[in-house]
Amino acid sequence: MMDTVIDHLNEASIESGIGESVLQAQGLNIWFAQESGESRHVVKDVSFDLRAGQCIAIVGESGSGKSVTARALVGLAGQGATVAADRLALEGETLLDRPEAWWGSVRGRKIGFILQDALVSLDPLRPVGKEIEEALWLHKWGTRKTRLQKVRQTLWDVGVPEPDLLVKQRPGELSGGLRQRALIASAIALHPDIVIADEPTTALDVTVQAQVLSVLKEMLGRGTSVILISHDLAVVSQLADIILVMQGGAIVEAGPRGEVLGRPRHPYTQQLIDAVPSEHTKGTRLSPHGGAVAQTLFRAERADLADSPVPLLDARGIVKSFPGPGGLRRTVVKDVSFTLARGETLGIVGESGSGKSTLARIALSLERPDSGEVRFLGRPWSSASIADQRAIRRRISVVYQDPLSSFDPRWRVSRILSDAICLQEVMPRGQVEDRAVHLLEAVGLSAAHLEQWPLRMSGGQRQRVAIARAIATHPEVVVLDEAVSALDVSIQAQILDLLSDLQVQLQISYLFISHDLGVIHHMSDRVLVMQNGRAVEQGTADDVFRNPQHAYTQQLLASLPRLEYANLRKAAAWS
Amino acid sequence: MTSPLSLVGEASEATGLRPSFAARLRPVLIRLAAAIFVLWGAVTVTFIALSVLPGDRATIILNITSGQAIARTPAELTPINRAYGFDQPMVEQYARYIGGLLHGDFGTSYELQRPVAKIIGEQIGPTFTLAISALVLAWIFAVPWTLLTAGQGRRLGSFGSAAETITAGLPHYWVGILLLIVFAITLGWFPVIGGTSFMNTVLPTITLALPLAGFLGQSIRGEFDRTMREPFVLSARTRGMSAAGVRARHVLRHALIPAITLSGWAIGSLLSGAVLVETVFARPGLGSVLVSAVSDKDFPLVSGIVILNAFLYVVINLVVDLIYRLVDPRLRGTA
Repeated sequence: MMDTVIDHLNEASIESGIGESVLQAQGLNIWFAQESGESRHVVKDVSFDLRAGQCIAIVGESGSGKSVTARALVGLAGQGATVAADRLALEGETLLDRPEAWWGSVRGRKIGFILQDALVSLDPLRPVGKEIEEALWLHKWGTRKTRLQKVRQTLWDVGVPEPDLLVKQRPGELSGGLRQRALIASAIALHPDIVIADEPTTALDVTVQAQVLSVLKEMLGRGTSVILISHDLAVVSQLADIILVMQGGAIVEAGPRGEVLGRPRHPYTQQLIDAVPSEHTKGTRLSPHGGAVAQTLFRAERADLADSPVPLLDARGIVKSFPGPGGLRRTVVKDVSFTLARGETLGIVGESGSGKSTLARIALSLERPDSGEVRFLGRPWSSASIADQRAIRRRISVVYQDPLSSFDPRWRVSRILSDAICLQEVMPRGQVEDRAVHLLEAVGLSAAHLEQWPLRMSGGQRQRVAIARAIATHPEVVVLDEAVSALDVSIQAQILDLLSDLQVQLQISYLFISHDLGVIHHMSDRVLVMQNGRAVEQGTADDVFRNPQHAYTQQLLASLPRLEYANLRKAAAWS
Repeated sequence: MTSPLSLVGEASEATGLRPSFAARLRPVLIRLAAAIFVLWGAVTVTFIALSVLPGDRATIILNITSGQAIARTPAELTPINRAYGFDQPMVEQYARYIGGLLHGDFGTSYELQRPVAKIIGEQIGPTFTLAISALVLAWIFAVPWTLLTAGQGRRLGSFGSAAETITAGLPHYWVGILLLIVFAITLGWFPVIGGTSFMNTVLPTITLALPLAGFLGQSIRGEFDRTMREPFVLSARTRGMSAAGVRARHVLRHALIPAITLSGWAIGSLLSGAVLVETVFARPGLGSVLVSAVSDKDFPLVSGIVILNAFLYVVINLVVDLIYRLVDPRLRGTA
């Protein structure tokens, strides 16, 4: 099996006419020592052959071993890790059992490493210029003066418009795009032959993501070899020559990009591709069927629901500002209006800082707008007294991105749910428990989860508990604030399917907030696009995405990496 | 064509983080106002305590100066009450007290019959030297200790942490007596009889510094371990930095932040700790003055020392705030 994979890789390299081998792994295995004394086998028999100027992508979900593999390539697999391989070589020299001092001269000079979000991957206390210079200083490159020059040059190369200004700024003062470019600059300042990028665009807005991808593309064009680690197939499809799909520590499929994405042979690869939400997946299931679910109504059949005369939520001219640095007030929401009808999903899309989360807090009446008003079923909501708001509160609930931070860590699932159930009505203990079990079953969990701690649950299970809590009070509106953004793509698919089912069963309206255009298009009936606090475009999802009117929406859509192969494949399947 | 000036304006707006001079001055003024408020509070509380404590003040003064402890007749007390202004309304006494303080007049010691400001002035030097050198020494102990033992595996960390917990719990008087017995009496390296020379200062400084070093070490270690898990540590390693380099150049700076906060608080505990240590080592200083002033009910002297402590506390916390901003540039421009 492995031999055929290697053959495939070699064929692919020869086909693409790419140069000699720079980094080779054969039968790479990694174990982690555990507290119990046993060891956990996290990477199993991984092999690849990276050629000069080539991009190999490793795709997989969290826990698949892809990041550990990448770190092992620079000798930083982590504390308690045992790395073994038949062969692990950089330009013919083995990487196994090297002393720290040797690694010090390889890291940064021969292999550059880019981590995800630079907000946490750059030292927040130091100016980024220092951080980049450090990479040069560590390898005794040049004098202080020439180093500073080199830093500016590198920043310029990665597309920073004002390197002189940037070198003096700290990561916290920079936008996501500049920050990520500074991080890339620190990794490639010495022009390493190989760059390993571990989720380089995760948590970035789509326009920033597009900028980072183009920097990586340029590096490939200059002959640098890239190993790209990502869970995002769309990003991978932009850059990779070869794709390795990892599951549970092993490579389950490997081959040239076109083959893996266009004609996936392994069911897991297929599942990953199907799970990506986009305009083409609208109204269909993203995850393979599992368990009993309600019949899926398509949106057309629900059109009658949207016709009720009074909207559930009616926001008019919302303005909200906060005190900013220097005593100035920053207006984060500027004159935004929207309505939400019964059973409808309104998607709010925008980049970080566009004011979408503040708008969500106002819709939940957790924040009072400076001017404008939100009405609930025609009644005052944002302007109501605290007592009056309390009566409405249980009819609007919320699910956040990270449920862990919205759960009391000392509460078990049973208490989290019964607390929410009792908000609506007081009932006998046994009945509360019945209802909690019922809620868990509704979100695809079971009574067995009642006595679990959220901390011990997986991300997907936690989000299911958060959804169960949100629907415990029979709400009419659920605000989903980046509710699937932290999840792996196949888990995300399951949660999106669950949300669609619940919407049909319970006739809930969703205010669906996300920076992910694919997710928004998949889920929303109507879409509101926000930029710098303004609603720049509003309309039905298909209209906005297929025929964007505003320049910003057009820019967003143009920046979106698309999974073309999957679309082609789907189209082929239909014909 | 844009003028250079407007270009600068645009650049700074783009980064959004160059607050105006007035905006930067604001937090300083707020802090200053807060400091003055704290001082006023300390003065007022001391004054009230002085006025309402049991015991007629005129009687106390007569008894202290005469060395007797007997009840006095009104005829004896009247001139004293008049001389010290005790016969006037509270509000007026308060106003006169505040007015005196503003002019640097802390009153006159009942017992020594000399101005309080002068007595404190003579004694503050040794105490201040002791407190500050103890603080510095505690840092000198704590930083290398955590740098060597934190974030390098569980066993070394537990050992370092246990040592800190034990040190932090040591009582001053016990450490002082132990050091005195071992190094002064048995080994004879240091003088037994108190004084203010360098050799006389070593043991008291260590006595004060040890428990504080334990506290500082604990707070540095917690932050150190947390910072070691930050992604930027990994990213520095991938640039080719050694493990030791990352610890010293990146992690340590983060780890020091809570210890700096703690140092402001520590000054208060050092000054009160100094009272004990000065007594143990028979060392001159505010400590011994305070102890005798309290037992003799020499109120002006006690209140003078209390106000001075409050003042030092406020000043040192202002300095700590400043250092804080140097170490953590993210705080600049916030209130």
